Amino acid sequence: MSDVLAQPVPVGRSLWADARIRLFRNKAAVTSLFFLIFMGVISIAGPWFSPHQYERVYTEYVRVPASLTAYPKPEQIAPAVERIAARVRAQIETQQVIGGSVRVTLVSPRAIDERNLAFFGRSDLFQGANVVERADEGRKLVIDAPIRWRTFLFGTDGNGRDLFTRTLIAGRVSLAIGLLATGVALLIGVAYGATAGYLGGRIDTVMMRIVDILYALPFIFFVIMLVVFFGRNFILMFLAVGAIEWLDMARIVRGQTLSIKRQEYVQAAEALGVTSNGILRRHIIPNTLGPVVVYMTLLVPKVILLESFLSFLGLGVQEPMTSWGVLISDGARNIQNAEWLLFFPALFLVTTLFALNFLGDGLRDALDPKDR
Amino acid sequence: MLMYIFRRLTSALPTLFVVVTLSFFLIRLAPGGPFDLEQPLEAKVMENLNRIYKLDRPLIEQYWLYLSHLATGDFGPSFYARDFTVAELLARGLPVSITIGGLALLLALAIGIVLGTIAAFRQNQPADYSVMVFATFGITIPTFVVAPVLQIVFGLMLAWLPVGGWNNGHIRNLILPVIALALPQVAVVARMIRASMIEALRSNHIRTLRSQGLPRSTIAIHALRGAMLPVVSYMGPAAAALLTGSVVIETIFGLPGVGRYFVEGALNRDYTLVMGTVVMVAVFVLVFNLIVDILYALLDPRVRYDT
Repeated sequence: MSDVLAQPVPVGRSLWADARIRLFRNKAAVTSLFFLIFMGVISIAGPWFSPHQYERVYTEYVRVPASLTAYPKPEQIAPAVERIAARVRAQIETQQVIGGSVRVTLVSPRAIDERNLAFFGRSDLFQGANVVERADEGRKLVIDAPIRWRTFLFGTDGNGRDLFTRTLIAGRVSLAIGLLATGVALLIGVAYGATAGYLGGRIDTVMMRIVDILYALPFIFFVIMLVVFFGRNFILMFLAVGAIEWLDMARIVRGQTLSIKRQEYVQAAEALGVTSNGILRRHIIPNTLGPVVVYMTLLVPKVILLESFLSFLGLGVQEPMTSWGVLISDGARNIQNAEWLLFFPALFLVTTLFALNFLGDGLRDALDPKDR
Repeated sequence: MLMYIFRRLTSALPTLFVVVTLSFFLIRLAPGGPFDLEQPLEAKVMENLNRIYKLDRPLIEQYWLYLSHLATGDFGPSFYARDFTVAELLARGLPVSITIGGLALLLALAIGIVLGTIAAFRQNQPADYSVMVFATFGITIPTFVVAPVLQIVFGLMLAWLPVGGWNNGHIRNLILPVIALALPQVAVVARMIRASMIEALRSNHIRTLRSQGLPRSTIAIHALRGAMLPVVSYMGPAAAALLTGSVVIETIFGLPGVGRYFVEGALNRDYTLVMGTVVMVAVFVLVFNLIVDILYALLDPRVRYDT
């Protein structure tokens, strides 16, 4: 007896360790995983480091195209100075850009009220104005207005808000919604499916019959009813969407459970008098997780697309908060005159969904026992 | 087989009943009513309207009335589109939706099966990768992005096709909506066929065919029979969804289908219209699930419904 115990215990690789190794060999899946982590990090942290607030409106930069160089562009400066000069009630004699500021000579038949120069500061283009020279008893002013440089990497939207910051904020919302709803679907689906499959018999029949009936209910109807009930509270709504999306999960888990419950280790546990609850939690559910994880990575993009579909119908997240769906449907409306409004949010959404799909495929290959 | 179909049809009735009951009470629970306007109606007017449409009766009585009308095929009047009954609205919209959805369905199956088969025969080769990348794009790009892009490119820039409109189902008006609607389905079908085809190609009966040196096309046809099974079961609910209209496609291309009725009905609390669309979709889902099961028996000789 002691001989047997003295032998070194062979170190086995668990299903998960094995799957991890196989997953890390799959380049597309690993790239996707890192990309998703990167996307998550910039969505969460990006807005804190962005120079723009997501709801800040720049009235003088409405729908400006994406650009790597800072605004204002040289051709924007002269019209802006003219607008301000009109409000100051003065004519422009000369104006020229020197370095980072504009040197303007203003003339007026009457003395210029220098308090009106505050208009320079209020403009999105200038930091303020300093009087360099006064002449003709204040009827002629030479002023120096330092330009306020701003970068709009992705351009601005129809209200003059920075699209880059908004896309990042939208990423937070969309990813949060995707994960939240998937989490809820996971909890309900796994618990329901495992219970139905394990208990079997009449209980199983009734439980799966309920699932069939819920399948026959039109999904859009359900979602719209949720919008009607919860209003625009999107956290509650997506908890509820998750509460609908569990149907497929329940079917998958039930199917798995049916095969697992005939395994010897489950019979052994039953023989030892472990309660149904205990067997479900300790043996059945952990062993169904493979297909569940795969399905999860495919459910997240589904929910994100659903959210964008609702936004397209105008039932999604409300302004000034935003999501990729809201930005994309806004971009689709402006596709003719402002294509960047569609391009950047769609790029973020599509690459994220792409990565989720590749990760899901990688996980499926890694967890598929047939390929071992 | 006929017995089986008959039994399935009779067992579908209780499901339909539960669906109708659930949605009847769900929509009634929603706050607001069909006659709520921006400016509230006068109390007397509201009272009269409610009396005419029998909305002042107890809910159970209304439910009973609705059921008994429904049993005779009467969907009731629409509250929102005042001059029409729900049956008229559905009868006008359904042909449009079925045309667009049916064509998209056929297109998706044809292209999806071809692409998936090619990918499976050339697994891990450039052709396979390009099909898979295309398929992933098809799944990930929302329809409401694809549709405007199609409109811009083919409708405005190239000016080959009209941007929208129904135009009595003229073929030129159908092309863009059908493509936009079919694209995600093409992608799904291609992926499924590829996966199940790869499995089928490894099976013994296909290996036998290969060893006999049969041409690829013959092998493909034999392998497809087994490989179609998952696609068939996916296509049941998908076909029901396609044929009952897509609100996105109908909105973007300005088509008078039934897809919009859902959203409009629910948002306007047009109770009868919502119920009508729910019944319509449920019937489609149940019928297509039955068709799926019958196709299963035809495709897979191991499945039998003799009893």
